[in-house]
Amino acid sequence: MALLNFLKPKNNLEEGGRTSAPVHSDVGEPEKNCPNCHKDIPMSRLWANQLVCSCGYHFRMKARQRISMISDKNSFRELFVSVRSCNPLGFPGYREKLETSKTASEEEEAVVCGTASIGKQQCCIFAMESTFMMGSMGSAVGEKITSLFEYATQHRLPVIGFTVSGGARMQEGLLSLMQMAKTSAAVKQHSDVGLLYIAVLTDPTTGGVTASFAMEADIILAEPSATVGFAGKRVIEQTTKQSLPKEFQSAEFVLEHGFIDKIAVRKDQRKLLAELLKMHNGGESV
Amino acid sequence: MSEMPYDRVKLARDNKRPTGQDYIKNIFKNFIELHGDRRYADDKAVIAGIARLDGLPVTVIAIEKGHSSKERVERNFGAPHPEGYRKALRLMKQAEKFGRPIICFVDTSGAYCGIGAEERGQGQAIAENLMEMSTLCVPVISILIGEGGSGGALALAVADRVWMLENAVYSVISPEGCASILWKDSGKADIAAASLKLTAEDAKSLGVIERILSENEMGQKEYYERIRTLLGEEIQALTKDPDLLQKRYDRFRRIGMTDTEQML
Ligand SMILES: [Zn+2]
Repeated sequence: MALLNFLKPKNNLEEGGRTSAPVHSDVGEPEKNCPNCHKDIPMSRLWANQLVCSCGYHFRMKARQRISMISDKNSFRELFVSVRSCNPLGFPGYREKLETSKTASEEEEAVVCGTASIGKQQCCIFAMESTFMMGSMGSAVGEKITSLFEYATQHRLPVIGFTVSGGARMQEGLLSLMQMAKTSAAVKQHSDVGLLYIAVLTDPTTGGVTASFAMEADIILAEPSATVGFAGKRVIEQTTKQSLPKEFQSAEFVLEHGFIDKIAVRKDQRKLLAELLKMHNGGESV
Repeated sequence: MSEMPYDRVKLARDNKRPTGQDYIKNIFKNFIELHGDRRYADDKAVIAGIARLDGLPVTVIAIEKGHSSKERVERNFGAPHPEGYRKALRLMKQAEKFGRPIICFVDTSGAYCGIGAEERGQGQAIAENLMEMSTLCVPVISILIGEGGSGGALALAVADRVWMLENAVYSVISPEGCASILWKDSGKADIAAASLKLTAEDAKSLGVIERILSENEMGQKEYYERIRTLLGEEIQALTKDPDLLQKRYDRFRRIGMTDTEQML
Protein backbone atom coordinates (compact mmCIF):
# COMPACT_ATOMS: atom_id res chain seq x y z
CA MET A 1 0.00 0.00 0.00
CA ALA A 2 2.70 2.40 1.02
CA LEU A 3 4.60 1.59 -2.10
CA LEU A 4 1.58 2.16 -4.32
CA ASN A 5 0.95 5.46 -2.65
CA PHE A 6 4.51 6.36 -3.30
CA LEU A 7 4.09 5.51 -6.97
CA LYS A 8 0.86 7.45 -7.32
CA PRO A 9 1.37 10.67 -9.28
CA LYS A 10 1.21 13.76 -7.14
CA ASN A 11 -1.35 16.32 -7.99
CA ASN A 12 -2.29 19.66 -6.57
CA LEU A 13 -5.53 18.46 -5.14
CA GLU A 14 -3.90 15.66 -3.27
CA GLU A 15 -1.24 17.94 -1.99
CA GLY A 16 -3.83 20.37 -0.83
CA GLY A 17 -5.68 17.61 0.92
CA ARG A 18 -2.60 16.59 2.79
CA THR A 19 -1.31 19.94 3.82
CA SER A 20 -4.57 20.94 5.48
CA ALA A 21 -4.79 19.23 8.83
CA PRO A 22 -7.26 16.39 9.17
CA VAL A 23 -10.41 17.53 10.98
CA HIS A 24 -10.87 15.63 14.22
CA SER A 25 -13.41 17.20 16.54
CA ASP A 26 -11.33 16.56 19.65
CA VAL A 27 -8.06 18.10 18.53
CA GLY A 28 -7.39 21.70 19.41
CA GLU A 29 -10.97 22.32 20.51
CA PRO A 30 -11.36 24.58 23.51
CA GLU A 31 -12.30 22.75 26.66
CA LYS A 32 -13.62 23.78 30.02
CA ASN A 33 -12.71 22.18 33.30
CA CYS A 34 -15.71 21.29 35.42
CA PRO A 35 -15.27 22.53 39.00
CA ASN A 36 -17.52 19.71 40.20
CA CYS A 37 -16.19 16.54 38.52
CA HIS A 38 -12.86 18.10 37.45
CA LYS A 39 -13.09 16.64 33.92
CA ASP A 40 -12.21 18.64 30.82
CA ILE A 41 -15.27 18.94 28.63
CA PRO A 42 -15.11 20.08 25.00
CA MET A 43 -17.00 23.33 24.49
CA SER A 44 -19.05 21.90 21.62
CA ARG A 45 -20.43 19.24 23.92
CA LEU A 46 -21.13 21.82 26.63
CA TRP A 47 -22.97 24.02 24.14
CA ALA A 48 -25.04 21.10 22.93
CA ASN A 49 -25.99 20.55 26.54
CA GLN A 50 -26.88 24.18 27.45
CA LEU A 51 -23.61 24.59 29.37
CA VAL A 52 -24.40 21.74 31.74
CA CYS A 53 -21.74 19.12 32.45
CA SER A 54 -22.65 15.43 32.26
CA CYS A 55 -22.15 15.36 36.05
CA GLY A 56 -24.98 17.90 36.36
CA TYR A 57 -22.90 20.98 37.06
CA HIS A 58 -24.49 24.14 35.66
CA PHE A 59 -21.92 26.56 34.25
CA ARG A 60 -22.73 30.27 34.31
CA MET A 61 -24.50 31.51 31.25
CA LYS A 62 -24.58 34.92 29.63
CA ALA A 63 -27.80 36.92 29.77
CA ARG A 64 -28.48 36.75 26.04
CA GLN A 65 -27.72 33.04 25.91
CA ARG A 66 -30.34 32.47 28.58
CA ILE A 67 -32.91 34.57 26.82
CA SER A 68 -32.44 32.74 23.53
CA MET A 69 -32.40 29.38 25.30
CA ILE A 70 -35.70 30.07 27.03
CA SER A 71 -37.72 32.07 24.51
CA ASP A 72 -39.33 31.20 21.19
CA LYS A 73 -37.12 31.72 18.17
CA ASN A 74 -36.70 35.39 17.19
CA SER A 75 -39.36 36.48 19.68
CA PHE A 76 -37.12 38.60 21.89
CA ARG A 77 -37.43 42.36 21.55
CA GLU A 78 -35.07 44.32 23.76
CA LEU A 79 -36.26 47.28 25.84
CA PHE A 80 -34.51 50.16 27.63
CA VAL A 81 -31.28 49.63 25.71
CA SER A 82 -30.10 53.16 26.26
CA VAL A 83 -30.21 53.11 30.08
CA ARG A 84 -26.58 53.21 31.19
CA SER A 85 -24.54 53.78 34.29
CA CYS A 86 -22.62 56.96 34.80
CA ASN A 87 -20.46 57.70 37.82
CA PRO A 88 -22.92 59.76 39.87
CA LEU A 89 -20.76 59.98 43.00
CA GLY A 90 -17.45 60.39 41.19
CA PHE A 91 -16.33 57.19 42.91
CA PRO A 92 -12.61 56.53 42.39
CA GLY A 93 -11.93 53.97 39.65
CA TYR A 94 -15.60 53.39 38.81
CA ARG A 95 -15.57 54.88 35.32
CA GLU A 96 -12.62 52.67 34.35
CA LYS A 97 -14.32 49.65 35.92
CA LEU A 98 -17.42 50.31 33.82
CA GLU A 99 -15.34 50.50 30.66
CA THR A 100 -13.50 47.23 31.30
CA SER A 101 -16.79 45.54 32.23
CA LYS A 102 -18.37 46.66 28.98
CA THR A 103 -15.49 45.19 27.03
CA ALA A 104 -15.39 41.96 29.02
CA SER A 105 -19.15 41.35 28.94
CA GLU A 106 -19.99 42.89 25.56
CA GLU A 107 -22.96 44.43 27.37
CA GLU A 108 -23.73 48.00 28.36
CA GLU A 109 -25.09 47.04 31.77
CA ALA A 110 -25.57 44.09 34.12
CA VAL A 111 -29.11 43.28 33.00
CA VAL A 112 -30.83 42.67 29.65
CA CYS A 113 -34.59 43.38 29.51
CA GLY A 114 -37.31 42.98 26.94
CA THR A 115 -40.37 41.13 25.76
CA ALA A 116 -40.45 37.61 24.37
CA SER A 117 -42.70 34.62 24.02
CA ILE A 118 -42.14 31.31 25.76
CA GLY A 119 -44.21 28.43 24.37
CA LYS A 120 -46.22 31.09 22.50
CA GLN A 121 -46.98 32.86 25.80
CA GLN A 122 -46.12 36.55 25.61
CA CYS A 123 -44.13 37.87 28.60
CA CYS A 124 -41.59 40.37 29.83
CA ILE A 125 -38.19 38.91 30.51
CA PHE A 126 -35.00 40.03 32.21
CA ALA A 127 -31.69 38.25 32.58
CA MET A 128 -28.81 39.57 34.64
CA GLU A 129 -25.23 39.41 33.38
CA SER A 130 -22.58 37.97 35.68
CA THR A 131 -19.67 39.14 33.56
CA PHE A 132 -20.68 42.77 34.06
CA MET A 133 -19.38 43.63 37.56
CA MET A 134 -20.83 40.35 38.86
CA GLY A 135 -24.37 41.47 38.12
CA SER A 136 -24.21 44.19 40.75
CA MET A 137 -27.22 46.49 40.99
CA GLY A 138 -26.55 50.16 40.43
CA SER A 139 -28.93 52.85 39.22
CA ALA A 140 -29.06 51.55 35.64
CA VAL A 141 -29.91 47.99 36.69
CA GLY A 142 -32.54 49.32 39.12
CA GLU A 143 -33.96 51.62 36.47
CA LYS A 144 -34.19 48.88 33.84
CA ILE A 145 -35.82 46.34 36.17
CA THR A 146 -38.26 48.97 37.49
CA SER A 147 -39.11 50.09 33.95
CA LEU A 148 -39.68 46.49 32.90
CA PHE A 149 -42.14 45.85 35.73
CA GLU A 150 -43.92 49.11 34.91
CA TYR A 151 -44.08 48.11 31.25
CA ALA A 152 -45.43 44.69 32.25
CA THR A 153 -48.05 46.26 34.51
CA GLN A 154 -49.12 48.65 31.77
CA HIS A 155 -49.35 45.91 29.12
CA ARG A 156 -50.70 43.28 31.52
CA LEU A 157 -47.84 40.86 30.96
CA PRO A 158 -46.18 38.34 33.29
CA VAL A 159 -42.50 38.77 34.13
CA ILE A 160 -39.86 36.04 33.98
CA GLY A 161 -36.55 37.06 35.58
CA PHE A 162 -33.16 35.34 35.76
CA THR A 163 -31.10 36.71 38.62
CA VAL A 164 -27.36 36.61 39.15
CA SER A 165 -25.79 39.22 41.37
CA GLY A 166 -23.14 39.92 43.95
CA GLY A 167 -25.51 42.52 45.43
CA ALA A 168 -25.71 46.30 45.38
CA ARG A 169 -23.06 48.21 43.43
CA MET A 170 -21.10 49.98 46.14
CA GLN A 171 -19.55 52.46 43.70
CA GLU A 172 -22.96 54.11 43.49
CA GLY A 173 -23.40 54.29 47.26
CA LEU A 174 -26.86 55.21 48.52
CA LEU A 175 -28.22 55.46 44.99
CA SER A 176 -27.67 51.75 44.52
CA LEU A 177 -29.21 50.96 47.94
CA MET A 178 -32.33 52.89 46.93
CA GLN A 179 -32.74 50.69 43.85
CA MET A 180 -33.80 47.90 46.23
CA ALA A 181 -36.78 49.98 47.35
CA LYS A 182 -37.49 51.25 43.85
CA THR A 183 -37.58 47.81 42.20
CA SER A 184 -39.58 46.34 45.12
CA ALA A 185 -42.26 49.01 44.77
CA ALA A 186 -42.57 48.27 41.04
CA VAL A 187 -42.82 44.51 41.73
CA LYS A 188 -45.58 45.26 44.28
CA GLN A 189 -47.62 47.31 41.78
CA HIS A 190 -47.28 44.53 39.21
CA SER A 191 -48.35 41.97 41.81
CA ASP A 192 -51.27 44.05 43.11
CA VAL A 193 -53.00 44.05 39.71
CA GLY A 194 -52.91 40.25 39.66
CA LEU A 195 -49.98 39.60 37.36
CA LEU A 196 -47.51 36.72 37.59
CA TYR A 197 -43.80 37.06 38.31
CA ILE A 198 -41.49 34.05 38.22
CA ALA A 199 -37.86 34.40 39.32
CA VAL A 200 -35.16 31.90 38.40
CA LEU A 201 -32.22 32.30 40.77
CA THR A 202 -28.89 31.41 39.20
CA ASP A 203 -25.39 31.24 40.62
CA PRO A 204 -24.78 33.45 42.57
CA THR A 205 -27.82 35.44 43.76
CA THR A 206 -26.83 37.38 46.86
CA GLY A 207 -26.99 40.64 48.82
CA GLY A 208 -29.29 43.43 47.75
CA VAL A 209 -30.80 41.48 44.88
CA THR A 210 -31.74 38.58 47.17
CA ALA A 211 -33.10 41.18 49.61
CA SER A 212 -35.31 42.69 46.92
CA PHE A 213 -36.75 41.44 43.63
CA ALA A 214 -35.19 37.94 43.68
CA MET A 215 -37.23 37.00 46.76
CA GLU A 216 -40.42 38.82 45.73
CA ALA A 217 -41.66 36.52 42.98
CA ASP A 218 -44.89 34.51 43.09
CA ILE A 219 -42.89 31.44 42.12
CA ILE A 220 -39.17 31.20 42.84
CA LEU A 221 -37.10 28.62 40.98
CA ALA A 222 -33.36 28.07 41.27
CA GLU A 223 -30.70 26.22 39.31
CA PRO A 224 -29.03 23.27 41.08
CA SER A 225 -26.21 24.21 43.48
CA ALA A 226 -26.61 27.94 42.80
CA THR A 227 -25.46 30.10 45.71
CA VAL A 228 -28.50 31.91 47.13
CA GLY A 229 -28.12 34.05 50.21
CA PHE A 230 -28.02 37.50 51.74
CA ALA A 231 -24.67 37.95 53.49
CA GLY A 232 -21.39 36.76 52.04
CA LYS A 233 -19.95 33.54 53.45
CA ARG A 234 -16.71 35.20 54.51
CA VAL A 235 -18.54 37.93 56.39
CA ILE A 236 -20.64 35.31 58.20
CA GLU A 237 -17.54 33.34 59.14
CA GLN A 238 -15.87 36.48 60.46
CA THR A 239 -18.97 37.54 62.39
CA THR A 240 -19.81 34.19 63.91
CA LYS A 241 -16.28 32.65 64.11
CA GLN A 242 -17.87 29.41 62.89
CA SER A 243 -17.02 27.44 59.79
CA LEU A 244 -19.92 26.93 57.45
CA PRO A 245 -21.18 23.62 56.07
CA LYS A 246 -20.48 23.03 52.38
CA GLU A 247 -24.11 23.17 51.33
CA PHE A 248 -24.74 26.46 53.23
CA GLN A 249 -26.56 29.01 51.03
CA SER A 250 -26.96 26.56 48.14
CA ALA A 251 -30.21 26.31 46.19
CA GLU A 252 -30.80 22.98 47.95
CA PHE A 253 -30.25 24.67 51.33
CA VAL A 254 -32.76 27.47 50.68
CA LEU A 255 -35.24 24.93 49.30
CA GLU A 256 -34.87 22.89 52.50
CA HIS A 257 -35.49 26.02 54.58
CA GLY A 258 -38.57 26.97 52.64
CA PHE A 259 -37.46 30.03 50.69
CA ILE A 260 -37.76 28.79 47.11
CA ASP A 261 -40.40 26.70 45.37
CA LYS A 262 -38.39 24.36 43.21
CA ILE A 263 -35.02 23.53 41.76
CA ALA A 264 -35.17 23.46 37.98
CA VAL A 265 -32.39 21.96 35.87
CA ARG A 266 -31.63 23.97 32.77
CA LYS A 267 -33.00 21.56 30.21
CA ASP A 268 -36.43 21.58 31.89
CA GLN A 269 -36.73 25.33 32.36
CA ARG A 270 -38.29 26.22 29.03
CA LYS A 271 -41.08 23.66 29.29
CA LEU A 272 -41.68 24.41 32.95
CA LEU A 273 -41.90 28.17 32.41
CA ALA A 274 -44.19 27.72 29.40
CA GLU A 275 -46.52 25.47 31.39
CA LEU A 276 -46.53 27.81 34.39
CA LEU A 277 -47.38 30.74 32.11
CA LYS A 278 -50.21 28.74 30.53
CA MET A 279 -51.56 27.70 33.93
CA HIS A 280 -51.72 31.37 34.85
CA ASN A 281 -53.71 32.19 31.76
CA GLY A 282 -50.81 33.78 29.96
CA GLY A 283 -49.81 35.39 33.20
CA GLU A 284 -53.07 37.12 33.90
CA SER A 285 -55.17 35.79 36.75
CA VAL A 286 -58.87 35.47 36.02
CA MET B 1 -20.34 69.07 63.02
CA SER B 2 -17.32 67.14 61.90
CA GLU B 3 -15.67 67.67 58.53
CA MET B 4 -14.26 64.24 57.65
CA PRO B 5 -16.89 61.67 56.62
CA TYR B 6 -15.10 58.90 58.53
CA ASP B 7 -15.28 60.98 61.72
CA ARG B 8 -19.02 61.12 61.15
CA VAL B 9 -19.09 57.35 60.94
CA LYS B 10 -17.35 57.15 64.32
CA LEU B 11 -19.74 59.70 65.80
CA ALA B 12 -22.73 57.82 64.42
CA ARG B 13 -21.46 54.65 66.13
CA ASP B 14 -20.70 56.32 69.46
CA ASN B 15 -22.49 54.33 72.14
CA LYS B 16 -23.11 57.49 74.18
CA ARG B 17 -25.61 58.72 71.60
CA PRO B 18 -29.28 58.35 72.49
CA THR B 19 -30.66 55.05 71.17
CA GLY B 20 -34.11 54.05 69.99
CA GLN B 21 -35.55 53.55 73.45
CA ASP B 22 -34.40 57.03 74.52
CA TYR B 23 -36.38 58.54 71.67
CA ILE B 24 -39.41 56.40 72.46
CA LYS B 25 -39.32 57.32 76.14
CA ASN B 26 -38.83 61.06 75.62
CA ILE B 27 -40.98 61.80 72.59
CA PHE B 28 -44.04 59.61 73.17
CA LYS B 29 -46.40 58.91 76.04
CA ASN B 30 -47.88 55.59 77.24
CA PHE B 31 -45.64 53.40 75.10
CA ILE B 32 -46.89 49.82 75.20
CA GLU B 33 -44.33 47.42 73.84
CA LEU B 34 -45.62 44.56 71.70
CA HIS B 35 -43.46 41.51 71.14
CA GLY B 36 -42.79 38.80 68.62
CA ASP B 37 -43.12 38.09 64.94
CA ARG B 38 -45.75 35.30 65.40
CA ARG B 39 -43.47 33.11 63.29
CA TYR B 40 -40.42 32.17 65.29
CA ALA B 41 -39.21 34.52 68.03
CA ASP B 42 -39.04 37.96 69.57
CA ASP B 43 -36.00 39.83 68.29
CA LYS B 44 -34.65 42.15 70.98
CA ALA B 45 -32.75 44.21 68.42
CA VAL B 46 -36.10 45.68 67.42
CA ILE B 47 -38.41 47.42 69.90
CA ALA B 48 -41.94 48.05 68.70
CA GLY B 49 -45.33 49.00 70.05
CA ILE B 50 -48.11 51.54 70.30
CA ALA B 51 -47.75 54.96 71.89
CA ARG B 52 -49.25 58.42 71.91
CA LEU B 53 -47.73 61.33 70.07
CA ASP B 54 -49.38 64.42 71.57
CA GLY B 55 -52.42 62.25 72.24
CA LEU B 56 -52.52 60.62 68.79
CA PRO B 57 -52.04 56.81 68.80
CA VAL B 58 -49.11 55.84 66.61
CA THR B 59 -47.06 52.71 65.98
CA VAL B 60 -43.40 53.14 66.91
CA ILE B 61 -40.63 50.81 65.75
CA ALA B 62 -36.98 51.21 66.69
CA ILE B 63 -33.80 49.28 66.08
CA GLU B 64 -32.08 49.24 69.47
CA LYS B 65 -28.34 48.94 70.02
CA GLY B 66 -28.43 49.29 73.81
CA HIS B 67 -26.10 51.30 76.07
CA SER B 68 -24.34 49.06 78.60
CA SER B 69 -22.23 46.20 77.26
CA LYS B 70 -24.64 43.70 78.81
CA GLU B 71 -27.55 45.32 77.06
CA ARG B 72 -25.66 45.62 73.80
CA VAL B 73 -25.07 41.88 73.79
CA GLU B 74 -28.74 41.29 74.61
CA ARG B 75 -29.76 43.57 71.73
CA ASN B 76 -27.26 41.88 69.40
CA PHE B 77 -25.63 45.32 68.93
CA GLY B 78 -28.66 46.47 66.98
CA ALA B 79 -28.25 43.89 64.22
CA PRO B 80 -31.71 42.41 63.64
CA HIS B 81 -32.45 38.83 62.64
CA PRO B 82 -35.26 38.12 60.14
CA GLU B 83 -37.62 37.93 63.14
CA GLY B 84 -36.96 41.60 63.88
CA TYR B 85 -38.01 42.65 60.39
CA ARG B 86 -41.02 40.35 60.53
CA LYS B 87 -42.08 41.77 63.90
CA ALA B 88 -41.77 45.25 62.42
CA LEU B 89 -43.86 44.28 59.41
CA ARG B 90 -46.50 42.61 61.55
CA LEU B 91 -46.92 45.79 63.57
CA MET B 92 -46.88 47.98 60.48
CA LYS B 93 -49.75 45.92 59.04
CA GLN B 94 -51.52 46.26 62.38
CA ALA B 95 -50.99 50.03 62.22
CA GLU B 96 -52.46 50.08 58.72
CA LYS B 97 -55.49 48.11 59.87
CA PHE B 98 -56.23 50.58 62.65
CA GLY B 99 -55.23 53.70 60.72
CA ARG B 100 -52.25 54.59 62.89
CA PRO B 101 -49.28 56.50 61.47
CA ILE B 102 -45.93 54.70 61.73
CA ILE B 103 -42.69 56.17 63.06
CA CYS B 104 -39.42 54.24 62.74
CA PHE B 105 -36.07 54.96 64.39
CA VAL B 106 -33.22 53.35 62.49
CA ASP B 107 -29.82 52.63 64.02
CA THR B 108 -27.98 49.55 62.81
CA SER B 109 -24.68 48.53 61.33
CA GLY B 110 -26.79 46.18 59.21
CA ALA B 111 -28.99 43.11 59.26
CA TYR B 112 -27.24 40.35 61.21
CA CYS B 113 -24.86 38.17 59.19
CA GLY B 114 -25.26 34.76 60.84
CA ILE B 115 -26.12 31.16 60.12
CA GLY B 116 -29.56 31.27 61.73
CA ALA B 117 -30.33 34.56 60.01
CA GLU B 118 -29.61 32.98 56.62
CA GLU B 119 -31.49 29.79 57.47
CA ARG B 120 -34.55 31.85 58.33
CA GLY B 121 -34.38 34.05 55.25
CA GLN B 122 -32.74 37.37 56.05
CA GLY B 123 -32.94 38.39 52.40
CA GLN B 124 -36.58 37.37 52.11
CA ALA B 125 -37.50 39.25 55.30
CA ILE B 126 -35.94 42.48 54.06
CA ALA B 127 -37.43 42.05 50.58
CA GLU B 128 -40.91 41.58 52.01
CA ASN B 129 -40.63 44.74 54.09
CA LEU B 130 -39.50 46.78 51.08
CA MET B 131 -42.39 45.49 49.03
CA GLU B 132 -45.10 45.81 51.68
CA MET B 133 -44.01 49.18 53.04
CA SER B 134 -44.32 50.68 49.56
CA THR B 135 -48.11 50.39 49.76
CA LEU B 136 -48.95 50.81 53.48
CA CYS B 137 -51.85 53.23 53.36
CA VAL B 138 -50.90 55.15 56.52
CA PRO B 139 -48.16 57.80 56.80
CA VAL B 140 -44.68 56.43 57.50
CA ILE B 141 -41.80 58.54 58.81
CA SER B 142 -38.33 57.08 59.38
CA ILE B 143 -35.56 58.81 61.28
CA LEU B 144 -31.97 57.63 61.02
CA ILE B 145 -30.54 58.36 64.45
CA GLY B 146 -27.11 56.73 64.16
CA GLU B 147 -25.95 54.14 61.68
CA GLY B 148 -28.02 53.44 58.61
CA GLY B 149 -26.42 50.19 57.52
CA SER B 150 -27.54 49.05 54.07
CA GLY B 151 -30.59 46.83 53.43
CA GLY B 152 -30.98 46.22 57.15
CA ALA B 153 -31.69 49.93 57.61
CA LEU B 154 -33.69 50.39 54.41
CA ALA B 155 -36.06 47.63 55.58
CA LEU B 156 -37.45 50.19 58.06
CA ALA B 157 -37.04 53.24 55.85
CA VAL B 158 -39.37 52.84 52.88
CA ALA B 159 -41.22 55.89 54.14
CA ASP B 160 -42.98 59.08 53.05
CA ARG B 161 -40.37 61.12 54.88
CA VAL B 162 -36.88 60.03 55.80
CA TRP B 163 -34.93 62.27 58.16
CA MET B 164 -31.37 62.02 59.44
CA LEU B 165 -29.64 63.41 62.46
CA GLU B 166 -26.75 65.62 61.44
CA ASN B 167 -24.14 63.05 62.48
CA ALA B 168 -26.02 59.96 61.37
CA VAL B 169 -24.73 58.07 58.35
CA TYR B 170 -26.55 56.09 55.66
CA SER B 171 -24.63 53.73 53.43
CA VAL B 172 -24.89 50.75 51.11
CA ILE B 173 -21.87 49.14 52.80
CA SER B 174 -19.66 49.91 55.79
CA PRO B 175 -16.57 51.95 54.84
CA GLU B 176 -14.38 49.16 56.25
CA GLY B 177 -16.17 46.52 54.17
CA CYS B 178 -15.98 48.67 51.07
CA ALA B 179 -12.25 49.32 51.51
CA SER B 180 -11.45 45.68 52.10
CA ILE B 181 -13.40 44.53 49.04
CA LEU B 182 -12.17 47.21 46.65
CA TRP B 183 -8.66 47.85 47.88
CA LYS B 184 -8.02 44.77 50.05
CA ASP B 185 -7.24 47.16 52.88
CA SER B 186 -9.78 47.99 55.59
CA GLY B 187 -7.33 50.68 56.72
CA LYS B 188 -8.50 52.76 53.77
CA ALA B 189 -11.93 53.09 55.40
CA ASP B 190 -11.52 56.85 55.56
CA ILE B 191 -11.17 57.06 51.76
CA ALA B 192 -14.14 54.72 51.35
CA ALA B 193 -16.22 56.81 53.77
CA ALA B 194 -15.52 59.92 51.73
CA SER B 195 -16.23 58.15 48.42
CA LEU B 196 -19.48 56.50 49.52
CA LYS B 197 -21.20 59.86 50.18
CA LEU B 198 -22.81 58.64 53.36
CA THR B 199 -23.29 61.82 55.42
CA ALA B 200 -26.64 63.49 56.05
CA GLU B 201 -25.71 66.35 53.69
CA ASP B 202 -24.81 63.86 50.95
CA ALA B 203 -28.03 61.93 51.45
CA LYS B 204 -30.02 65.16 51.23
CA SER B 205 -28.33 66.33 48.06
CA LEU B 206 -28.86 62.90 46.49
CA GLY B 207 -32.59 63.22 47.22
CA VAL B 208 -32.56 60.24 49.58
CA ILE B 209 -33.74 62.17 52.65
CA GLU B 210 -35.95 65.24 53.17
CA ARG B 211 -34.56 66.75 56.34
CA ILE B 212 -31.45 66.96 58.50
CA LEU B 213 -32.15 67.22 62.22
CA SER B 214 -29.86 69.33 64.37
CA GLU B 215 -28.09 67.60 67.25
CA ASN B 216 -27.99 70.73 69.38
CA GLU B 217 -28.92 69.97 73.01
CA MET B 218 -28.86 66.28 72.12
CA GLY B 219 -30.47 64.14 74.79
CA GLN B 220 -32.04 67.09 76.56
CA LYS B 221 -35.69 67.92 77.00
CA GLU B 222 -35.66 70.63 74.31
CA TYR B 223 -34.07 68.22 71.84
CA TYR B 224 -36.85 65.68 72.08
CA GLU B 225 -39.53 68.38 72.13
CA ARG B 226 -38.21 69.75 68.87
CA ILE B 227 -38.43 66.31 67.23
CA ARG B 228 -41.91 65.71 68.70
CA THR B 229 -43.16 68.98 67.21
CA LEU B 230 -41.70 68.18 63.79
CA LEU B 231 -43.22 64.69 63.84
CA GLY B 232 -46.63 66.03 64.86
CA GLU B 233 -46.69 68.63 62.08
CA GLU B 234 -45.48 66.21 59.43
CA ILE B 235 -47.97 63.50 60.36
CA GLN B 236 -50.80 66.02 60.21
CA ALA B 237 -49.76 67.06 56.72
CA LEU B 238 -49.26 63.50 55.48
CA THR B 239 -52.58 62.30 56.90
CA LYS B 240 -54.41 64.86 54.79
CA ASP B 241 -52.57 63.96 51.59
CA PRO B 242 -54.86 62.08 49.16
CA ASP B 243 -51.89 61.11 46.95
CA LEU B 244 -49.80 59.62 49.76
CA LEU B 245 -49.08 56.30 48.03
CA GLN B 246 -48.37 57.73 44.59
CA LYS B 247 -45.97 60.23 46.15
CA ARG B 248 -44.23 57.47 48.13
CA TYR B 249 -43.83 55.49 44.92
CA ASP B 250 -42.46 58.52 43.07
CA ARG B 251 -40.15 59.37 45.95
CA PHE B 252 -38.14 56.20 45.31
CA ARG B 253 -38.91 55.96 41.60
CA ARG B 254 -36.97 59.06 40.72
CA ILE B 255 -33.79 58.11 42.62
CA GLY B 256 -30.98 57.09 40.31
CA MET B 257 -32.67 57.82 37.01
CA THR B 258 -29.69 57.62 34.70
CA ASP B 259 -28.94 59.89 31.80
CA THR B 260 -31.09 58.17 29.25
CA GLU B 261 -31.40 59.40 25.71
CA GLN B 262 -34.50 57.38 25.02
CA MET B 263 -36.38 54.94 27.20
CA LEU B 264 -37.99 52.67 24.62
ZN1 LIG C 1 -18.78 17.96 35.77
